[in-house]
Amino acid sequence: MTPALLAALQAAQAAKRPVALLTRLSDGEQCLWPDAALPGALAEAAEAALRDDAAANLTLDGEAWFVHPHNPPLRLIVVGAVHIAQALVPMAQTTGFAVTVVDPRRAWATADRFPGITLIHEWTDDAMRALAPDARTAVVTLTHDPKLDDPALDIALRSPCFYIGALGSRRTHAKRVARLAEMGHGEAAMARIRAPVGLDIAAVTAPEIALSILAEVVAARRGAALARRAAPAPAAAA
Amino acid sequence: MSDSEDVLATAAAWRAAGEPVALATVVETWGSSPRPAGSRLAVSATGKLAGSVSGGCIEGAVADAAQQTMRTGSPQLLDFGISDERAWEVGLACGGKLKVFVEKLA
Repeated sequence: MTPALLAALQAAQAAKRPVALLTRLSDGEQCLWPDAALPGALAEAAEAALRDDAAANLTLDGEAWFVHPHNPPLRLIVVGAVHIAQALVPMAQTTGFAVTVVDPRRAWATADRFPGITLIHEWTDDAMRALAPDARTAVVTLTHDPKLDDPALDIALRSPCFYIGALGSRRTHAKRVARLAEMGHGEAAMARIRAPVGLDIAAVTAPEIALSILAEVVAARRGAALARRAAPAPAAAA
Repeated sequence: MSDSEDVLATAAAWRAAGEPVALATVVETWGSSPRPAGSRLAVSATGKLAGSVSGGCIEGAVADAAQQTMRTGSPQLLDFGISDERAWEVGLACGGKLKVFVEKLA
């Protein structure tokens, strides 16, 4: 890999810009897409590799090429700078997520509690609108306070984010569902919310709950069977 | 930061510090290979390793090839599989097969 190509690849990563690295395996000739103009088949393979986030092999005119997507990291938006968030944030970073913590309560969302993390102190709906969750974003609400969680969930449900988890018991969630219904969300939207949040590993401590949440986020991202939840029981008296 | 990005950053830092560095990348896998295509291992001339291309089964053999590529400057495409006697030697016990591309970080 030439110094120029390495620099270009790292610059794209720093700018959170998706690029594919194409390598001709016979001689190591390389280029970046979309920076370089490429023959149709290579450009299509590069685009597909980025879309599917999966490396690919391609033979063109008898030459083998390796197509290596470099997508920006997945994002995790944590609403609520609470104790569980303090455990979840470093775990998620280690797993490769770019993490943002949203909490208008400045006493909670401090650099002391979340060293080196992007903290947003705006009201949760404004913050979520600005963050604009996309299909590579997971959203977890942890404040346990409807005034903070509900506006964030409202925006998350209107976004294509791949994971929405909300802390709270079944009883808490039933009340939350009723409030979100008043905000105009239907059953299909509500089924996207994972509550109680996290895989059921009987977690008790804050780090254990964080682990269960992160495990469920990964399972959802990878399409694991564990990520599928049974349809909720019909709304009964909660 | 993804693990692949992390390895690249580490390799770039070694190179910037003046050490020859080679990058090994899994380019194709069959069967039960522990690391997917795109997984990277960086190797420095003094033998530092970052990242992985397997569960540890073939890293030694890949590091040897990496040293060779650092000296010659020529990339290599390595094949590891259960049908390959060398693979038995380096212990690819998982039964998987994979190809690893090794290049010098110029």
